[in-house]
Amino acid sequence: MAETATHAVDHASGHGHSSSGLSNNKLAMWLFLGSECLLFGGLISTYMLYRGRVSDGPHPEQIYDIPFTSVSSFVLLMSSLTMVLAVSAAQKKDDARTNLWLLVTAVLGATFLGGQIYEFTAFYREGLGFSTSLFSSSFYTLTGFHGVHVTVGVIMLLSTIGIIKKNKATGDKAESVELVGLYWHFVDVVWIVIFTLVYLIPA
Amino acid sequence: MAIIERPETATPAVVTPSQAFGAVKRPVESTGWKSWLFTVDHKKIGIMYGVVAMFFFIVGGVEALLIRLQLAAPDGRILSADQYNQMFTMHGTTMVFLFAMPMAGAFANYFLPLQIGARDVAFPRLNALSLWLLVVGGLILNASWFLGGAADGGWFMYAPNSGPVFSPSNGVDYWVLGLQVAGLASLIGSINLIVTILNLRAPGMTLMKMPVFTWMMLVVQFLLVFSLPVITVALVLLMFQRSYGATFFDVSQGADPLLWQHLFWIFGHPEVYVLVLPAFGIISEVLPTFSRKPLFGYPFVVFSGAAIGLVGFGVWAHHMFASGMGPVSVAVFSIATMAIAIPTGVKVFNWLLTMWGGKIWYTTAMKFAIGLVVLFTFGGLSGVTHSVAPSDTQQTDTYYIVAHFHYVLFGGMVFGLFAGFYYWWPKVFGKMLNEKLGSWNFWLMMIGMNMTFGPMHILGLQGQPRRMYVWTEARAGEGFFNLGFWNLISSIGSFILAVGVLFFLINVFHTARKGKQAPLDPWDARTLEWITTSPPKPHNFDRIPVVHHLDEFFHRKYEEDPATHTMRPVQTGDQIVKAEEDAADEHIHLPSPSYWPLLLSVGIGVLCMGVIYGVPIMVVGAALVLFSTFGWVLEPSTADDSEIDPPSVDGSTKEIAPLG
Amino acid sequence: MSTATETHEDTHEHGMSDSGYIKIAVILAAITALEVSTYYIDFGPFFLPSLLIMMVVKFVMVVSYFMHLKFDNKIFSFMFYVGLGLALAVYITALATFKFFM
Repeated sequence: MAETATHAVDHASGHGHSSSGLSNNKLAMWLFLGSECLLFGGLISTYMLYRGRVSDGPHPEQIYDIPFTSVSSFVLLMSSLTMVLAVSAAQKKDDARTNLWLLVTAVLGATFLGGQIYEFTAFYREGLGFSTSLFSSSFYTLTGFHGVHVTVGVIMLLSTIGIIKKNKATGDKAESVELVGLYWHFVDVVWIVIFTLVYLIPA
Repeated sequence: MAIIERPETATPAVVTPSQAFGAVKRPVESTGWKSWLFTVDHKKIGIMYGVVAMFFFIVGGVEALLIRLQLAAPDGRILSADQYNQMFTMHGTTMVFLFAMPMAGAFANYFLPLQIGARDVAFPRLNALSLWLLVVGGLILNASWFLGGAADGGWFMYAPNSGPVFSPSNGVDYWVLGLQVAGLASLIGSINLIVTILNLRAPGMTLMKMPVFTWMMLVVQFLLVFSLPVITVALVLLMFQRSYGATFFDVSQGADPLLWQHLFWIFGHPEVYVLVLPAFGIISEVLPTFSRKPLFGYPFVVFSGAAIGLVGFGVWAHHMFASGMGPVSVAVFSIATMAIAIPTGVKVFNWLLTMWGGKIWYTTAMKFAIGLVVLFTFGGLSGVTHSVAPSDTQQTDTYYIVAHFHYVLFGGMVFGLFAGFYYWWPKVFGKMLNEKLGSWNFWLMMIGMNMTFGPMHILGLQGQPRRMYVWTEARAGEGFFNLGFWNLISSIGSFILAVGVLFFLINVFHTARKGKQAPLDPWDARTLEWITTSPPKPHNFDRIPVVHHLDEFFHRKYEEDPATHTMRPVQTGDQIVKAEEDAADEHIHLPSPSYWPLLLSVGIGVLCMGVIYGVPIMVVGAALVLFSTFGWVLEPSTADDSEIDPPSVDGSTKEIAPLG
Repeated sequence: MSTATETHEDTHEHGMSDSGYIKIAVILAAITALEVSTYYIDFGPFFLPSLLIMMVVKFVMVVSYFMHLKFDNKIFSFMFYVGLGLALAVYITALATFKFFM
């Protein structure tokens, strides 16, 4: 019985020794991502409902610059590759390569954000303000929300690099990188959906 | 709470705080108000949840009484039309978001870890964050009373009435922001509790050996995880429209106001089950205990709960039958709504058959539980009349609806929570609530509740619209169906109800001052939370129990006599607890208190104020959020062994719940 | 406990090699190029279905391989796909009530 009790303590201490054998942090992250599906689903549905409703200002097909957005979509997609390489390096406990790939990912993410800022400015100059039409409000809200997610992701990537460099990690390093990776890939798959539904399929 | 609990040391361990973020040291107080503000102990957080929720229950109750005073007589003059609008809006919002959900959260926080044999939740600091975000959200919502008037669009805040044209005061802005913060609190809390249930169960406790309350809370947390983002979308759209000039619900631009209704009710209907399932869980613990029988058909109760959760996502548009969605949509949602009555009915029969043939012990907790079964059945039946769309179009926006959902929510939920108070009070505070005062409490609430909400069926069928701030004698009708008579009865009933609640508060004060010490196992209970002292120690269990049965505690107390097939007692609860104490684990590390949850939630509150009061405030809030997030990430959840004074002697220290 | 640790480590070994990830990325890039080509070349009646199918394929590939859902515990897949499935169900239904698909 005493043995069982010791076992129980180890068992309750979380982190790979839990009832399900899974990490608390990863479970929480996947739940959060499941929840985020409904958040972006709502924003995308709002856009789909309103994309053709232009009382004033430019229509979507007049304003979208498909070649430009294709390039920035490609940049974000490739950042997923560099992210997964960072995760892979972290699992091999190769700090230098982890940091390198994290940095490349952050740079690609920042490039995407720069592209989005450029796109928003260009649209604004062409007369698409936030309050111009139902289309403009729902477009800026959806892509802006995604942009905020990318920004948070970039901050997380840069912080992770800093924490690894200064050796300040409080938990399992590989797992922290993996969690940032899950978030980052999710932001990428949301863009995969947005790119098709918003940009490629006309109203 | 002592930061490091060492069962064998008499004096509390002293902690040398670490410097987590260069400048800020860990809080170390284990007594006094600071030990509450910075705690990460799920039990303290649970109690604070309860206090906050009870406070808002009283606030919401006072708002309800003002509404009933206004309607007690024709041409009421207590409130102006505008004040009346604010009153019913805030009554609904407060009761749903600041009383019902947090009170269920209080029970969940306190009892989930105890029921599954864990020492804390999976993410103790996130748990504290949920609590403080709730407080911040509640403050933002209610601050509007003093800053230009509260929200006045009804608790579901239909567009376009909620837009800047029709609701020019800042009330709706505070409402939008407060709900987003409270929603964030619930989202974090629900993820935390799901991970706790999945990962921190005691050895041997498979999913089908979990107590029903834990099961129902698991379903509720899944509902929250998947429904809260939907209302967040709605709130964000409304916020952007009101604060930044977006056009989402602007009909002149061609907007569809029904979009708000869809988003709100996709969240709002699962929310109904979020409110009521915790109460179902509580009485599924109370009824077997006081019937001295196991719960009838445990798997049916569990799976019908899960079924309610799933189908609950497919019925939202029955709130919109009168909105002109078209016949196909109405027919589909009407059928889905009728279908959801089935798993709910299954539960009622399970409870009845649990009591059937049992040796029923009429304690106050049991009375409230039986009251719930009766009142919820009433409310459920009037609900079925709404699922019939032609009938519903007659009843929409009348007092009949108000009667229905108060039977379901007050009868079905509040009664369950009160059953929980009486059942678990000795566990939490080590003292018994007075049964005599409890009886007064129950009967006054039972009578008051039926007097208040029963007549509303008649008022509604007679056509009294909900949300009208006056009614006139000239149009009140004659004889039995006179609106004046039934409105007066209802108002008198509401005050009887309030006196009933007052008896509970009196009972609490009476018990705190001279309540008698509770025995360890006052109710001959069945589940794990009773295999420890009352109140439980900071580390909950001296030894993590190993589970072999559903109703583990009961099966340790009783064994089946093979000859007669009856259960005979083998040991008492006190003996079991004593045995656990004797075999205590050595060196139990608990997660350490932290400043960051409180600081982070203040930061989020400031950030929200920036939406109303301008960008500079937003920047301050964002800076605070960023600072506290970094502090949080860089601070280990559990103080390092080297920080403990005296340091561990034999190095055999075990870390408990080091995550979060 | 020991078994739990083993399964935990197993899941990492079931991930892919770096060259495998690069192969996936090449396929993703190729699909993206095909997607963009619909803007220049007329796909006729296949325009909408082909775009939607390519979107789903890319989505599933990133989620299964880069996010390891294919190799990881099924509970993670359950949580994510329940959220995704609910999102599709409720929002498509809501859009249908607006006669969006007619």
